[in-house]
Amino acid sequence: MSVDIETVKRVARLARIAVDEGEAERMTGELNAILGFVEQLDEVNVDGIEPMTSVIPMEMRKRVDQVTDGNKAADIVANAPATEDNFFVVPKVVE
Amino acid sequence: MTELTHLTIAEAREKLAAREFSAVELTEAYLGAIDAANEKLNAYVAVTHDQARAMAKASDERLAKNEAGALEGIPLGIKDLFATEGIHTQAASHILDGFKPRYESTVTANLWADGAVMLGKLNMDEFAMGSSNETSYYGPVINPWRAAGSNQDLVPGGSSGGSAAAVAAFLCAGATATDTGGSIRQPAAFTGTVGIKPTYGRCSRWGTVAFASSLDQAGPIARDVRDAAILLKSMASVDAKDTTSVDLPVPDYEAALGRSLKGMKIGIPKEYRMDGMSGEIDALWQKGIDWLRDAGAEIVDISLPHTKYALPAYYIVAPAEASSNLARYDGVRYGLRVPGKDIIDMYEKTRAAGFGREVKRRVMIGTYVLSAGYYDAYYLKAQKVRTLIKRDFEVVFDAGVDAILTPATPSAAFGVADQKMNADPVQMYLNDVFTVTVNMAGLPGIAVPAGLDARGLPLGLQLIGQPFGEETLFTVAHAIEQAAGRFKPTPWW
Repeated sequence: MSVDIETVKRVARLARIAVDEGEAERMTGELNAILGFVEQLDEVNVDGIEPMTSVIPMEMRKRVDQVTDGNKAADIVANAPATEDNFFVVPKVVE
Repeated sequence: MTELTHLTIAEAREKLAAREFSAVELTEAYLGAIDAANEKLNAYVAVTHDQARAMAKASDERLAKNEAGALEGIPLGIKDLFATEGIHTQAASHILDGFKPRYESTVTANLWADGAVMLGKLNMDEFAMGSSNETSYYGPVINPWRAAGSNQDLVPGGSSGGSAAAVAAFLCAGATATDTGGSIRQPAAFTGTVGIKPTYGRCSRWGTVAFASSLDQAGPIARDVRDAAILLKSMASVDAKDTTSVDLPVPDYEAALGRSLKGMKIGIPKEYRMDGMSGEIDALWQKGIDWLRDAGAEIVDISLPHTKYALPAYYIVAPAEASSNLARYDGVRYGLRVPGKDIIDMYEKTRAAGFGREVKRRVMIGTYVLSAGYYDAYYLKAQKVRTLIKRDFEVVFDAGVDAILTPATPSAAFGVADQKMNADPVQMYLNDVFTVTVNMAGLPGIAVPAGLDARGLPLGLQLIGQPFGEETLFTVAHAIEQAAGRFKPTPWW
């Protein structure tokens, strides 16, 4: 399978990365090189094989459902580019 | 007296305990070495002079009270991927500009609890994506090794290139690193250092910036096998904050050094004899086989039939997980924000400006293989191939093989801005051809220096172990080290 420049632009949109025409063109070549490389997997028969979900067989550890942490709003927003009263500030999303 | 920075951790530990010098003196020696060399090697992206001095002073106080921890007063470098409270933590990316976490990663917290001293944060490939340390926002790291008679700059490997270069150039006693496809073992091999990626789940991932969560593991890079064992013992733990952290006690790895190899079975996988493999790598591998046979191990030929599919499967699984993990960098909660005409425009411009070329490439691949209509063909298929890769290893281990010996890398270190490597992303990816299988199967792997090539550059061998078979790896790696000797670069920096 290979991708064309329109697919690359669509994927860039899904990935939320702005690309200009030149970059999209360059990425098309690079992505096709990688997709060409992974095409080798077509040779492998995977009929009846379970997909890997965990490399180490283990039970998911669960903890008691109670609050163990919190009251640190100031820490959580400390690194944000824009905040107000411990809220993250973003461009207007609702008219 | 030997220069303080040239002592191994084991040696420094003994001399600190005997009060031959203080932790402050040891730390000052390292800070001086870093300040003199870092402009040339670019191994550190942040040097924490004040923190280091305060920690060393506290170590001296504990040493005086005979309350020393296992790493008391030992100065370490920390890969920029580990969250360190109040200190530069950017995964060597522009998108995390100014990020100073309000928390400490479990791995580094374990080291500080044992008395280690932090010298600073080490350069790396951006978000640990790369095999040459050239994708860092902070520029490439230069390998302290040079070919005989040459002054060409070589790469230290990646992604833990800063860790490997700093350890090899005596700019820290040891370093933390991480390995998703070979990022500890390949740079260790390129710099004549020892690097171990433990079994998935052995070190907590809490507080390490995530790249591919099902593959990422932390481990140390050190000057010799003993130091690697000492560091791993402190880094590893059972951690309630990481659900994939495995609930098994951490053994005394150092005690595994010097155990007999008699009765051990070492597997030699025929699939690792790649087409076009250099004669030097082949000869090194044969030397390793001879050393282990001489040490009493039984050498057996084995087959791992799905080996060649590990790298292509990795380049589906790792980018897919990365595209998901890196979705959090959107200019809202931390780091860089580039204003846009609306929120989507802000996201897109921030990510376009904040991510480097290799990171964008992988996020794009990951987004594509997970997008509607392609999930089964790519991601699901790759995860099934992964099951087959793991099964190959299980068959061999069930047959009684204790560890597997392979080359660590297909070549020695290459030049900075190498044309062949940079013209085609797949060429660069092939650096990990011997190491990536280990991540895909969650196994432990260690790279140990085994010799120099014709140009005088270090080459490494890799040992692959059973799940949680790190002690066996230390035993066997130590035997290789005993036979091969130690390798140090000639200082030019």
